Amino acid sequence: MKTNIFPAIKLTIVTLLFFCVVYPAVVWAIAQLAPGSGHGEMVTANGKRYYANIGQKFTEDRFFNSRPSAIEYNAAGSGGSNKGPSNPEYLAVVQARIDTFLVHNPGVAKKDIPVELVTASGSGLDPDISPKAALVQVKRVAAARKLSEEKITQLVSAHIEKPLLGMFGPEKVNVLSLNLALEKL
Amino acid sequence: MNTEILGAIAMYAISILMAIPFGRYIAKVYAGEKTLLDTVLNPVENLFFRISGIDRKAEMNWKQHLVAMLTINFIWFMLGMFVLMNQGWLPLNPDGNPGQTADLAFNTSISFVVNCNLQHYSGESGVSYLSQLFLMFLQFVSAATGMAAAVILFIALKQKTADKLGNFYNLMLISCTRILLPASIVVASILAFNGMPMTFEGKDSIVNMQGDTVGVSTGPVAAFVAIKHLGTNGGGFYGTNSAHPLENPNYLTNMVEMFSQMIIPLAMIFALGFFLKRKKMAWMIFGVMTLGFLLLCIPTIIWEVQGNPAIAQMGVDMGSGAMEGKEVRFGSAASGFWSIATTVISTGSVNSMHDSAMPLSGMMQLLAMMTNAFYGGCGVGILNFFIFIILAVFISGLMVGRTPEFLGKKIEGREMKIAMIVALLHPLLILVGTALAAAFPGITSANLNNPGFHGFSEMLYEYTSSAANNGSGFEGLGDNNPWWNITTGFVLILSRFLPIIGPIAIAGLLANKKYIPESAGTLPTDSATFGMMVMAVIVIITALSFFPALTLGPIAEYFSM
Repeated sequence: MKTNIFPAIKLTIVTLLFFCVVYPAVVWAIAQLAPGSGHGEMVTANGKRYYANIGQKFTEDRFFNSRPSAIEYNAAGSGGSNKGPSNPEYLAVVQARIDTFLVHNPGVAKKDIPVELVTASGSGLDPDISPKAALVQVKRVAAARKLSEEKITQLVSAHIEKPLLGMFGPEKVNVLSLNLALEKL
Repeated sequence: MNTEILGAIAMYAISILMAIPFGRYIAKVYAGEKTLLDTVLNPVENLFFRISGIDRKAEMNWKQHLVAMLTINFIWFMLGMFVLMNQGWLPLNPDGNPGQTADLAFNTSISFVVNCNLQHYSGESGVSYLSQLFLMFLQFVSAATGMAAAVILFIALKQKTADKLGNFYNLMLISCTRILLPASIVVASILAFNGMPMTFEGKDSIVNMQGDTVGVSTGPVAAFVAIKHLGTNGGGFYGTNSAHPLENPNYLTNMVEMFSQMIIPLAMIFALGFFLKRKKMAWMIFGVMTLGFLLLCIPTIIWEVQGNPAIAQMGVDMGSGAMEGKEVRFGSAASGFWSIATTVISTGSVNSMHDSAMPLSGMMQLLAMMTNAFYGGCGVGILNFFIFIILAVFISGLMVGRTPEFLGKKIEGREMKIAMIVALLHPLLILVGTALAAAFPGITSANLNNPGFHGFSEMLYEYTSSAANNGSGFEGLGDNNPWWNITTGFVLILSRFLPIIGPIAIAGLLANKKYIPESAGTLPTDSATFGMMVMAVIVIITALSFFPALTLGPIAEYFSM
């Protein structure tokens, strides 16, 4: 044991310096060349600054709504509901979300509400919804903005992001960029 | 949905294809052969050893290895306690996060030293950047400890009759510098170019389009996330780990992170084949592990894609699957795939909340950690599997009436006793831990986030994750209090070091024995038949140990829905 203690302490100190200073410094330097220079991707609109990848709380009828969030989209933290699939309280909350959605979107059939619009994301910061979840809101948004449904549908179609290389993963719509475009109409 | 399934298949296929050449590289590194990075890294490593006063060529026997390993791990643990408890006044704390309590620091430090990363805190508020960097250091060296331990086994199996098994410090350091570091720099760069933050500034504040003012946590994320996956550590920079849009911004980063966590455990299997020049044995191990992985993975993906039957009854469109606790950019298929990969490999990073997964998917995640031998963590996966090989050799030896032998060495009573202790330790820790938690509802029931059977699953998952050194959780469990911090802390220590000490002791004992050349009477241990035997041993041990507990949790929940 004794013969090991001091060599082990010294080795710990040098490797500590190497992996806590040199390694992050190298990555930091590389990240300076990346878009956003290591601060994450930003979008600016009307002089305001947003994080492209961080979802925002959209609950008003004139915006495309984002998914429910256990943390109300405050990115100072992050969190999911962690509710189990059989939890009766949780299922009541989902039912209430469905009812609220139907009130805000008259004329939409229950079977057309995509499940992600009534379930909370893992991070509480999900920036995306599925194309279906955007299209189902077109009628409400058009009515709230007094614009034609066709025009809004076109806007949604233009904002559908294809799977990676057209092959891998789901299609999605970034709610923030869709709503930013909506404001410009 | 088809593109989602294709995505999961692609992630798996790329990892396997890359694992073979990477395994060859790893075998070269440990055999001390020439590699590309020699010219840069040799001087650096030599400098480190000169400063430390270590002779990297001084070979150790298995006991000396264990003493060296335990000593340096203890130093890392003490240093971790100090940094975490004092982070409040130490530098690099722009958000002013307070120091951790003693019980939380104990749990955090232990769980990063043992490659588990259980994380009873949230990264945004529970640690400073200095602590994050220190934890990142532990992610390097804990993974390297596991890999070094596996290589001690490799060397022992290669020996005819000897007890010199390489130098622990050398094996540990070259695992860091030759394997983990270069891979981490490449992965971190890809991640940074895909929108992952890498900054030392504190929390940002923005005003949302609807007018709410919210904070945004950033930090040196890219460097951290790379090694978190490559080292199969799994500890997230943020509270929600790789579900967080800054810790996993898009489908490409999701694929890269998935690849990163699978590559070294897969490559270590092939490295064993190249190192021992027994490729057939590597394929046997790979075959058994892959069979186990697919049996867990495929049903889980199906259940997650089908979605929650209780919500389907409400009449909404279930096309996206079980989306509670999942992110739209990954979808239910890739999330289901990830949940099994991360529990099989002992990474424990998550891109969806396991607590909200379907009951039987939760059972598969539990089973992945209960077997803990399909692929497994960096290095330790092979060690766990080795125990099952020893058991299978012994049982099949008895069945056909031959002396149990493995690679020309007799397996005798002493090795069997060690193997049995290690094999039984895992269920013992999980079941006793869960039983204790269930026996004191006055202390633990208030911590549960869900009622009924699912609440029981939350407790079972916490101890299973600790005993498998996995680190994922049913995160609804309120686990930052003395009960969970201290009990899981002890489970972590025992379940990390005994399963390393056991196989190394067996390997050391075997290496010392006389070599018996293989003959027609030797039971081949690299055939498909033997592979089935190993699989049977794994299934029987796991099923017998855990079926009753699973019945009380996920199975009961499934039938109640």
